[in-house]
Amino acid sequence: MVLVLALGDLHIPHRAPDLPTKFKSMLVPGKIQHIICTGNLCIKEVHDYLKTICPDLHITRGEYDEETRYPETKTLTIGQFKLGICHGHQVIPWGDLDSLAMLQRQLDVDILVTGHTHQFTAYKHEAGVVINPGSATGAYSSITYDVNPSFVLMDIDGLRVVVYVYELIDGEVKVDKIDFKKTTASANSAH
Amino acid sequence: MYLLCTVGSVYIKSKEAPAKDILKDLVEMCRGIQHPLRGLFLRSYLSQVSRDKLPDLGSEYEGDAETVSDAVEFVLQNFTEMNKLWVRMQHQGPAREKEKREKERSELRDLVGKNLHVLSQIEGVDLDMYRETVLTRVLEQVVNCKDEIAQCYLMDCIIQVFPDEYHLQTLETLLGAFPQLQPSVDIKTVLSRLMDRLSNYAASSAEVLPEFFQVEAFAKLSNAIGKVIEAQDDMPVIGVVTLYSSLLTFTLQVHPDRLDFVDQILGACVTKLSGKGKLEDSKSRKQVVALLSAPLQKYNDIDIALKLSNYPHVMEYLDNGTKKEMASVIIQSIMKNKTLISNSEKVEALFELIKGLIKDLEGNLQSELDEEDFHEEQNSVARLIQMLHNDDPEEMLKIICTVKKHILAGGPKRLPFTVPPLIFNALKLIRRLQNRDENVAEEDTAATPKKIFQILNQIIEALSSVPVPEVAMRLYLQCAEAADDSDLEPVAYEFFTQAYLLYEEEISDSKAQVTAIHLIIGTLQRMHVFGVENRDTLTHKATGYSAKLLKKPDQCRAVYACSHLFWVDDQDSIKDGERVLLCLKRALRIANAAQQMANATRGSGGSVALFIEILNKYLYFFEKGVTQITVASVQSLIELITNEMQGENATPDPTADAFFASTLRFIQFQKDKGGAVGEKYEAIKV
Repeated sequence: MVLVLALGDLHIPHRAPDLPTKFKSMLVPGKIQHIICTGNLCIKEVHDYLKTICPDLHITRGEYDEETRYPETKTLTIGQFKLGICHGHQVIPWGDLDSLAMLQRQLDVDILVTGHTHQFTAYKHEAGVVINPGSATGAYSSITYDVNPSFVLMDIDGLRVVVYVYELIDGEVKVDKIDFKKTTASANSAH
Repeated sequence: MYLLCTVGSVYIKSKEAPAKDILKDLVEMCRGIQHPLRGLFLRSYLSQVSRDKLPDLGSEYEGDAETVSDAVEFVLQNFTEMNKLWVRMQHQGPAREKEKREKERSELRDLVGKNLHVLSQIEGVDLDMYRETVLTRVLEQVVNCKDEIAQCYLMDCIIQVFPDEYHLQTLETLLGAFPQLQPSVDIKTVLSRLMDRLSNYAASSAEVLPEFFQVEAFAKLSNAIGKVIEAQDDMPVIGVVTLYSSLLTFTLQVHPDRLDFVDQILGACVTKLSGKGKLEDSKSRKQVVALLSAPLQKYNDIDIALKLSNYPHVMEYLDNGTKKEMASVIIQSIMKNKTLISNSEKVEALFELIKGLIKDLEGNLQSELDEEDFHEEQNSVARLIQMLHNDDPEEMLKIICTVKKHILAGGPKRLPFTVPPLIFNALKLIRRLQNRDENVAEEDTAATPKKIFQILNQIIEALSSVPVPEVAMRLYLQCAEAADDSDLEPVAYEFFTQAYLLYEEEISDSKAQVTAIHLIIGTLQRMHVFGVENRDTLTHKATGYSAKLLKKPDQCRAVYACSHLFWVDDQDSIKDGERVLLCLKRALRIANAAQQMANATRGSGGSVALFIEILNKYLYFFEKGVTQITVASVQSLIELITNEMQGENATPDPTADAFFASTLRFIQFQKDKGGAVGEKYEAIKV
């Protein structure tokens, strides 16, 4: 069982002062094996903080990131799964699932993690799964009204991945989970 | 004499004679030894040996004629004599050995102090006796001995050994002694310790607090300090500040609700500092920072600190570096407690306090600060801006204007950090206004989206002085989207114009241009407020920029991205298949040209990746039912790619292979779906 934290679009300090306290208390160092970050941290302090939660940190560049040397896309293999990361402002139309599917085919990955819309989604199509962990701070977005802070924890076990989404709604953390198995042909939309 | 004492103690034990008489005799006889050192040790022995034989309350030695008073009298006399001997040591011997003597004395001081300890242990010494007899006599001796070392030590001793309730009740007497002490005595330390003890006492339980009010502790202490400071005119600044610090701690503990007391202390500090100019030494500065931090830590609410009228005045005496340090402390306190600052007056007061971070103060050299530290500093200001909030739009707008005023004076180095958070704060406000009931009358209010957009325009314009065109462009595009949501076409168009101008004139780095183009296309694609003409103009420009990017692959990608500008799902008026096809064909031409270039310069075919990407775009629009995207066009593209990949000049490219494979899988998958979708894809041969 491998735990992968996926989060992004924190926009600290431009749009949010900090991660919600309830999230911070959940993100304890040593429990997570990998972190996938879609970008828009935006400052080094946030990068350093994420590193303390888990040293294996994979980040792609968001358009507001201070660090311009993060890659545009990144791929990595965890267990049986190939994962791809991209912030998403490069994929037009923004948030369009068919265009994201094209990126997934291009990167040839089972799970594509993108951000930019600040809206949590988890969608399965024939090429694999597209996950958007939303904005971990609930930052303002021109695309999504009423953003709730959210992040995703993936539990990768063999050919199966369980996606836990944590959302902060009205001060309470609500958890939902979605199961995905590799090499299943059925397409089901989760949100 | 030692023998005598021992015998005496046995005698007392035997009870053959009343204890008080024996004790009296002993203590008088010890006077025979006038040599300071020997006398001290002798009396100390006497004290030790008689300790458990004092006619205390409930002790076996108590009798009708022998009471606690006698016990007290005995100890007091012993004490007095010991102190005299101790003081005499100071003056014995040549002047050059003074230091050595003082050291010796310091080692012996506990002997003298022991007596006080004994006094405190006597059960029968209650508050009244303490007040009437013990304290008066002890203080008398302390004052009269006129010896600096003795006074300092003994005052401290009194404070340490006797219970705090007693001190509270005798506060006036105790404090009255201080001005009578030798000027060289370190009164401030002793007084501070007294106040610290009383603070702890107050902290120990809520029940003791009424005592404090009853004896008017604050007033007495405050007066005492005032007198001491007046009397010691040349007291160094750190002394003054330490005293007021202790008093402040005391006040925060005992009278947390009396902000006027706190303010009074700060005011007194200001008065004393006023002659001195800015503080020079680091110890004083540290102490002032501690003084100012105390209310923050106690109240955990910046609002309260902002109410203290003397707070900013104290800060004035700090040098610029310390002012910034204090500003950081204030910001950290706000961030830690997550307090929201909710009106423009408070914001104004707060920004005045932290002005060291907001702008260059006179005489401040910017080069002092290391770049990383500067970033951290400004980022904390940015975070602070996120903490300013009021649900009422009018008030929120006032807050925004107040912040704008302050940060625009910050200079080009600070603006890139402070402007974005303010902009987003304002955009959040605009969104709140949109959500509001439409019926709310707009004429009287200042907080309308339109007015806010004007302010936003002004703020972003300030960035041109830095300059940071990329950031400014992103902010213009954000505002454009917000204007779109508010249905303000001219405002949105204006923002787009500004963004485009920045792109054309200021953004010349290739990589930056690629990102900028994607942001422009992405934003424009979502606009619904533009009429046909405006949209056409902006679209035309965007495709123009795309085709002019430096690297061919970048051009290709930007151009096919532009195809989405002509087909927007939820807007029927924007479904122009013809223009979509034109874009995709143009992209193909560019991809071809890129291929040929690669052939020419490297002797082998470049990657087919671009073609596969364009194929996917064809499929996207094919799926949407754009009639101009025919099966034939898709088919021929597939064949083109297949040929390229199998051709002689082909360079093996596993990524492209995988991409093509997954694209073909997708087509097959669609076919397998059956129904209307399956039929559509049926004709495509893979």
